[in-house]
Formats: sequence, C-alpha cells, structure tokens
Amino acid sequence: MGRKITIEPVTRVEGHGKVTIQLDDSNNVTQSRLHVVEFRGFEKFCQGRPYWEVPVLVQRLCGICPVSHHLAAAKALDVIVGAGTGDGLTPVGEKMRRLMHHGQMFQSHALHFFHLASPDLLFGADGDPAIRNVIGVALEHKDLAVQGVMMRKYGQEIIAATAGKKVHGTGAIPGGINKNLSIAERDTFLKGADPLNIDKMIAWAQGALDFFKGYYAKNKDFIDNFAVFPSSHLSLVRKDGAMDLYHGVIRAVDADGKRIVNDVDCQDYSKIIAEEVKNWSYMKFPYLRALGTEKGWYTVGPLARLNVCEFIPTPLAQKEFEIYKALTNGKPNHMSMHMHYARLIELLHSAEVIKDLLNDPDLQKDNLTTKGTKQKEGVGLIEAPRGTLFHHYRINDNDQIEMANLIVSTTNNNEPMNRAVNYVAKSAFNGKKEVTEGMMNRVEMAIRAYDPCLSCATHALGQMPLEVTLVDSEGTILDQKRK
Amino acid sequence: MKDNKIYVYGFGNPGRQDDGLGPAIIDKLENENVPGIITDSNYQLNIEDAHNISQSDAVIFVDASIDTEEPFSFSKIEPSAEITFSTHTMSPESVLALCKDLYDKDMEAYVMAIKGYEWEFLEGLSDKAVNNFNEAYTFLIKKIEEMLKGHTFPQQHGSAENTI
Repeated sequence: MGRKITIEPVTRVEGHGKVTIQLDDSNNVTQSRLHVVEFRGFEKFCQGRPYWEVPVLVQRLCGICPVSHHLAAAKALDVIVGAGTGDGLTPVGEKMRRLMHHGQMFQSHALHFFHLASPDLLFGADGDPAIRNVIGVALEHKDLAVQGVMMRKYGQEIIAATAGKKVHGTGAIPGGINKNLSIAERDTFLKGADPLNIDKMIAWAQGALDFFKGYYAKNKDFIDNFAVFPSSHLSLVRKDGAMDLYHGVIRAVDADGKRIVNDVDCQDYSKIIAEEVKNWSYMKFPYLRALGTEKGWYTVGPLARLNVCEFIPTPLAQKEFEIYKALTNGKPNHMSMHMHYARLIELLHSAEVIKDLLNDPDLQKDNLTTKGTKQKEGVGLIEAPRGTLFHHYRINDNDQIEMANLIVSTTNNNEPMNRAVNYVAKSAFNGKKEVTEGMMNRVEMAIRAYDPCLSCATHALGQMPLEVTLVDSEGTILDQKRK
Repeated sequence: MKDNKIYVYGFGNPGRQDDGLGPAIIDKLENENVPGIITDSNYQLNIEDAHNISQSDAVIFVDASIDTEEPFSFSKIEPSAEITFSTHTMSPESVLALCKDLYDKDMEAYVMAIKGYEWEFLEGLSDKAVNNFNEAYTFLIKKIEEMLKGHTFPQQHGSAENTI
C-alpha cells in the first residue's frame, strides 16, 4: 500500500504551504511537491488605487519583508513620475533608500541565521526538537543568541529611522524619500553605546561567518552534499558586475556559469521572464522565456547572487567572497546548505555598506525628491533578502493603478525549492519504514535554506502549527502530528 | 509598580483589517498619552523583542485572535520554549522565554487577545471588531491603572481569565 506524507505549515489567512511526499509499497519516494498558497488577489486589489499610495499599500503583503515591497514599489513609481529607472534620484534620495534596504538585509539575514539556521547546525537535524530552536540556542550558546537579538534590533532601528516607523513606514515615496538622516540619528548608529554601533555589528557579522566556517570545517560532508542539484541562477548586478542589492541590471548564468541573460534593463523583465501555472499549486513557476518551461527555471537569493556577481564592492565581504568562490573553483555553487554561507557573506557586506553610508554627508542633504515627465508604466526590481523581487505597475489617465504584477522572491524559488525537497525526500525517506521527526526536519531544512516567506502578512495567537499527515494510497490517515 | 515599567505591545498587520487590533490599541494609548507605560507595535513579535521588554517589570501583549471568545480575553502567561520553527515570527511565550534566558528577567506578563472577524487586504477594523476594541480598551486602561498602583484587579469584565 503506497503512502503519502504531508508536512503542512498552516497559517490563518495567508493560506498555507505544505509538503506532500508520496511513497510506494516499498517505501520509496515516487513524488514530492511543495505547495504554497501566496498572495490572494493582491494585484487585483491594487487596481484603482492612486499610484502614490502603493509604496505604503504593498506593505500589507508581508510582516517579514515589508521594506522590500515598499522599496520595489517606490522604484517602479520613480519611473512613473519621471524620476528615472534607478539612477535618477537625488543623492540623498538614493542613499537613504539604500540605507533602509541594507538595514532590512542586515536584520533579515541575522534573523535567519540565528533564529532558523543555527539551531540545525548547533543541535543537528536529529537533535531534540524541544531544544532545537532559538530558545535552545539561548540556553546553550548565550553569546551567540544575544548577538542575533542585537543585530536584528540594530537593523530594525535603521529601518525605523529611514522609513519613519516600524509598521507601514512611509520613507520611500515616488521620486525619492520624505526624510533625511539627522546628525543625531547618524551618530547613534555610528557610535551608539555598546553593542548597538556599526563597528560592533561588523565584528559580529564576521564572528557569525567565522562560526559557520568553523562548523563547515568539521561537517564538510554534510554541508557539501545536502540537496545538491544543478540550477541556473539569476540576480541583479551593477553594470560592472559588482554585487548591488538595491539596483542593477538583470543577469543570469546557467549551471556551468555561462551567461544566459546578459545584463537586461529591469524595465524589460517581461521580455525575458514568463510565469507558468500548475494545477497543484497556487504559486506560479517563473521561467526564462528563451529556455522554456522545462529548462528555464532558475534560483534567486544569496546563493544565486554570489554565483552571478563578479565581485563584492566592500573589502571584508570581498575577501570572504574570494574564499567562498575558491571552493568551487569559481564555478557556480549548487550546494543548498551553502546558502547559509552566502547569506552570511551578504550580512557582512550589508554591515559594511551601512557604515559607508552613515559616513556619507549626502544623507543630511535636503533635496529629497525629483521628478520629470510622467510615464504610464514602471518596473521596480530589488534584491530582497530572499531574492529578486519584481513590481510592475501601469496607471490610467486618473493616476490610478490600472495593472499590477508582482513576482516575489519565494515565487522565483518555487521550482528549486521543489527540487531541494525532492532531493532530500529521496535521500531521507527511500526504503525507510518509519518516518522520524529528524527525517521530516531534513525536508524542512531544505526549505529553510531558501528562507521562504510563507508566514507573512497576518498571524494570530496559536494559528501557526506545523501539521504532518501520513496517508496511505487509499486516502486513509495513518498518522497525524502537529507542532 | 513604578512608572514606565509596563510595556504594552500591540502586534498585527493594520493592512489586514482586524489583524490591526493590536496596533490600534497602541495608537489609542499613544494618542491619549496614557501615563506610566511604554508602548510599542510591530507586525509580528520577533527575537529583538526579548531585549525590548527586558527593561520593564511587566508586559501586556495585545493581539487579534480568531479563536478567542467575544469580546476579548486577558490571560496571564508564562515563558515557554515552544517554537514554530519554520516561521519567522515568535509567540509572546517564546519572547518571554528568550528574555528570561538572555537577560535573566522573569517578568509578569499577560496576553490580551481581542476577537477579530475580517482579515482581507484592507485598512480599518470591522464594525464588530470595533465594539470589541472599545471594550478591550476600557478594560486595559483600568488594568494598567491597577497594575501601576500595585493592586490586584478583580476578574470582573469580559473574558479576563487570570488576574494579577
């Protein structure tokens, strides 16, 4: 009798993501799928709204990465107000947004590493689930946990100072920003009481990277062989090939490193990317038009960014980048657990960028906005913590949104997450008669590596369980667990 | 209890109708300049909130709830290490546990869960939620006053399940 295993994180409103693993009579995996329910009609909801409301409006999408949506929308609307396609803002306008963005990257990457990744590393995939979490880290590795808390807090404070507030910030507006950074705010971030200052944040980012590298040295076999599969990779890069998380051109490389998308302007994204619908998931499957639906899928996020860019324009992160690239002799890295490594290099890069920006006197200038000839349509792309985020809007003659299209980072990673789940499911479940918590955790680890945003926008007390259901080929529930 | 030592923390997404009940409570507390408290709000609770609340002697978390009875419940909570591992958010109990473990602070803590009904991509509370909001706010003000005086507050309203 075949069996179906379902791993189902349920949320109240946002829909839910779940994993189903179908086993045959010999307990071998015949199929696995990650189903994700994403934003329900949000693009439709934008229609008819005045365009200037959109950067605030889109923050309703997500409680985890509202800043990324805020900035991607603002970038798209820069085009509509005639402020150019990423390079037309005033220096203070662009640099305040970059500061906001790197505050977001810093806190998000720190949160992922300390809250979601480190418990697996510290306690192992088969570790006691009762302590394999951030509370367990706090009990046994207090210094590490304190660093995670304070790094996240620092990034959140950067966001509050640049966006105006933590919830529904208004900092980025079409054509620029609505505030600069005061000297007092700058000095707080530069020279604040220990540990909330940028030098400490850089030191801790390096410490997190050293921690990972130390773990890697002792667990190379696991890190190098967990969910490894070839993929194309896509991200924004600066025109000279440098990593640029705020703005750039679209570049993609294939599994061997050959360039397959050659520095395309963001406004032309729809010429190279399309989205496929499959009947078993609400989440679309983006693909490169030139390669078709079967071969055109790609990975985004930290691993992809380090596979696509040629260098990192800050010295400490560049040094780490060179060590990291040497592991694969400069070729694209396809090892899923190296996403943690790549994420920590970006964490360090963001800390360095924040310091450079804080020392830039442009942040205290007053020419906050610019505008030009109004356009009907605009596209804004940004490298969000989880990968490339696309916002595309068209307005009518009444300045109302007529069309909106969003491709979020987790959607871009739909196919690679499915492949990672399949890889791990086969290695963990094949031939096994019993399903252990550790086996299921390995599947989650594969998903966690991508840091997908499944739990955003709303929440409620007690409404975020993880449900695992074991079903036979007749549809009978054999076992069901919630945690 | 001394002034400014009660941390009142509303969380939820104001862009999803009744999910904004928690932040709406905080907005009203701030607009009315209620003395003796520290207010905060965010979309979700997270690890840095362990540090934020650690400077206080008591914390009241205010959230929307789909499950609670009308109009609201008010419950004392204890630290708990139970974590929904694959998500980014944390529960009030896990924030308390992190606060206790990292900052050696074992504080008095409550959750006010206000019944909500509508959760679409809209700003503003539903009419039914507004009624619950008003009752919850009235209760909360009295509760804060009693806590600041250091007195217990009798279980006399709504669904208050535990008292100091």
